[in-house]
Amino acid sequence: MPRNLRARSIVVFVVLVASIWALYPPKKTINLGLDLQGGIHLVLGVETEKHVASQADRAAEDFKAALDRRGIGVKRIAREGARSFVVELASPQSWNDAQTVANDFQTFDRSAEDQAAGRFTMTLRDREATRLADDAVRQGVETIRNRVDQFGVAEPIITRQGADRILIQLPGVQDPERAKALIGKTALLEFKLVDDKVDAQQAATSGQVPEGDELVYQRRVDRQSKTERRTPYVVQKRALLTGGALTRADVSADPNSPGNWQVAIEFTPAGTKVFGDITEQNVGRHLAIILDGNLYSAPRINERIPGGRAVITGQFSVDDARDLAIVLRAGALPAPVNILEERTVGPSLGADSIRRGMIAIIASAAIVFVFMLFYYRLSGLIADVALTLNLVILFACMAAFGATLTLPGIAGIALTVGMAVDTNILIFERIREELRVGKTPRSAIDAGFSRALRTIIDTHLTVMVTAAILYNFGTGPVKGFAVSLFVGLAASLFTAYFFTRLLFDVVYMGRRKVQAVSI
Amino acid sequence: MIQIFRDANYNFIGNRKWAYIVSGLITVIGLVSLVTHGLRYDIDFTGGTLVQVRFDKTPSVGTIRSALSRIGLGESIIQEFGSSNEFILRMPLASTSSEELGKRIEGALAQEPSIGKAELRRVEFVGPQVGKELQWQAIYAVLFGLGGILLYIALRFDMKGGVAAVIAVFHDVLVCLGAISLAHREFSLPVLAALLTIIGYSVNDTIVAYDRLRENRGKTIAKGKTFAVQMNDAVNQTLSRTILTALTTFLSAVILFIFGGRALEDFAFVLVVGVITGTYSTTYIAAALVVDWTEYVEGRMRARKKGVVKAGEARKIT
Repeated sequence: MPRNLRARSIVVFVVLVASIWALYPPKKTINLGLDLQGGIHLVLGVETEKHVASQADRAAEDFKAALDRRGIGVKRIAREGARSFVVELASPQSWNDAQTVANDFQTFDRSAEDQAAGRFTMTLRDREATRLADDAVRQGVETIRNRVDQFGVAEPIITRQGADRILIQLPGVQDPERAKALIGKTALLEFKLVDDKVDAQQAATSGQVPEGDELVYQRRVDRQSKTERRTPYVVQKRALLTGGALTRADVSADPNSPGNWQVAIEFTPAGTKVFGDITEQNVGRHLAIILDGNLYSAPRINERIPGGRAVITGQFSVDDARDLAIVLRAGALPAPVNILEERTVGPSLGADSIRRGMIAIIASAAIVFVFMLFYYRLSGLIADVALTLNLVILFACMAAFGATLTLPGIAGIALTVGMAVDTNILIFERIREELRVGKTPRSAIDAGFSRALRTIIDTHLTVMVTAAILYNFGTGPVKGFAVSLFVGLAASLFTAYFFTRLLFDVVYMGRRKVQAVSI
Repeated sequence: MIQIFRDANYNFIGNRKWAYIVSGLITVIGLVSLVTHGLRYDIDFTGGTLVQVRFDKTPSVGTIRSALSRIGLGESIIQEFGSSNEFILRMPLASTSSEELGKRIEGALAQEPSIGKAELRRVEFVGPQVGKELQWQAIYAVLFGLGGILLYIALRFDMKGGVAAVIAVFHDVLVCLGAISLAHREFSLPVLAALLTIIGYSVNDTIVAYDRLRENRGKTIAKGKTFAVQMNDAVNQTLSRTILTALTTFLSAVILFIFGGRALEDFAFVLVVGVITGTYSTTYIAAALVVDWTEYVEGRMRARKKGVVKAGEARKIT
């Protein structure tokens, strides 16, 4: 009996059983890529600069408040660039007091100091800016995950990619436009007072608004004519309250406008108090509800509102209202995002691709099977069995590692079928050569296998090197191709050498005398 | 026993001068096409928007274009894709943003009654930034692939073999790119994947020949033979394996080309071309270059030895 026949049989048996176990049931275990099952692949770029800028804005406001508290007069505080703000004091006399205030802002560096003019610049430190940018992306990922979870997508992938990108994969989503809108919306909800002293129409035409104010528009789409009407409003720049102070957002029918839906929101206790104070102090004025820079409504405050509830109306369909409620509950993105890459595949195309890919694999396997059988006879049959095992192991490994099968991946497998027989061809040709120089069948088989081994390892390793490089540089589908190729090669290394050898040993190395090798 | 070659002994290496001319010609043809036609890049690399639509009926390109011109996309490239009721629409970057585009296109197509119901099967948008990055990644992938192979062969065999193999593979890449350009196919991410596979395949082939050469040199049969003859022997001894593997891989690639559908056609095309050139380049470039290089080095060494003797004689005279 040849060496360790039993031990090797056990190894092959265990691998086979483990593979089948990993594969069962195939529909659930094989992870299909978005190009095969349909869905959306999105890469979002986070405008981290904007988050840093808004933090600089906030710091500028805090700075002004701190100066006010100490009774220091200010001529001007304004942001300059993304990370700095300029402070101009009313009089140079208060320079030293202002410096003490500035010392409290430890994340800022002072520069461009001009004591005579009472002017200096505060700039956010590099490390702090980096941290803020990082926060913006991390919070963005969290917020989007929250939204997607509430939207209800099975097995979404939401991860950070590089410094300022977010990768989102939503398998099987039917309405990509809606999902995109839901994910990409900044959802910054702001409550701002309307400046009633200004004529909004006039401001819109001249483009000039008083300092501290800004121009926003209310958009209304006429259902019949499908035309958009934009109404200008002049509001105070400073938001009195934001969506951050929100605990609930629910959809209900709009009682004043049949067929439309509204979103009722409820504030946190702290938010409720602020809301109560705002409404108390501003009875008779209009409070604008603004989402991502668009004004939705600006109701008149009739009295103090103590309960901390408000309603957002604006010609919403039930889906619009539901999505708005989701984004409000999940919170605003810390910085706006934009779509850098999008790949949407409909489910019918995915199914087509699977069908075609499988036909290609089966046809390719069939022709190679027949060829091997025809050319090498019994040995060819052994190679065919090994090839089958190779495919089983390949799919099982992909299932076990949770690797994703993509369309190029299927192509990679179809190609692997052609290349995997190479190992067997190498061995068989070598055995034939040894037979030709007059060796006995057994020693020819021995020599053939041992001589071919080194070549096989070399060829497999080099191709695996290219597959690994492909994996590192590729994206999405190409990565899937690299995975299939790599795993396929590893499997072929195992089967061709381990399994083919075992079958040869079983067939030719038994007790009876071998007269000839069918090769 | 069915055998294609029995004790093959063709003079491959001896005819290498002709092969160099052929390789040179093919490469030049490819390069000329690359320079004049250029390479048509997919939106993966240029950035832009691609929409794949399937219609109930079989509309003409003109009808689709007039429908698209209603939303200002009349300049789009419209191509039939696979069957007569399926089309690919490509829009340049500037005219589109990904936002709502799908909906707008669906709306515009719905207004054209003669084209029936339209189903958007695929929407791809690649921003300019991402496109540029992917371009670089593609170049890096090929360069690192070649570098990895060079390193592996240099370590396993020797530097001459590594450099010759990389030149052979580089030739294959050029031939494939030239073929893509000549056939007016598109360079996309899957095509890049195919190109890297060919790099792997071609080098695989080369290693089999090198391996055989190294094995023979350890034995007595190599004694007294020139390096060129030894290499020629190695190529002949591995010939049947080379042809058989090339055949099975070629068949797989052809099947992929026929049955894989339009989506895999360009990918399979590169494989079909690549298997042929990869098999050819092993013998006529990788093996041939190693022979020329080795002969050149040996020639220099002989010349130097002679030089030493002469110098000695010169000293004697003085």
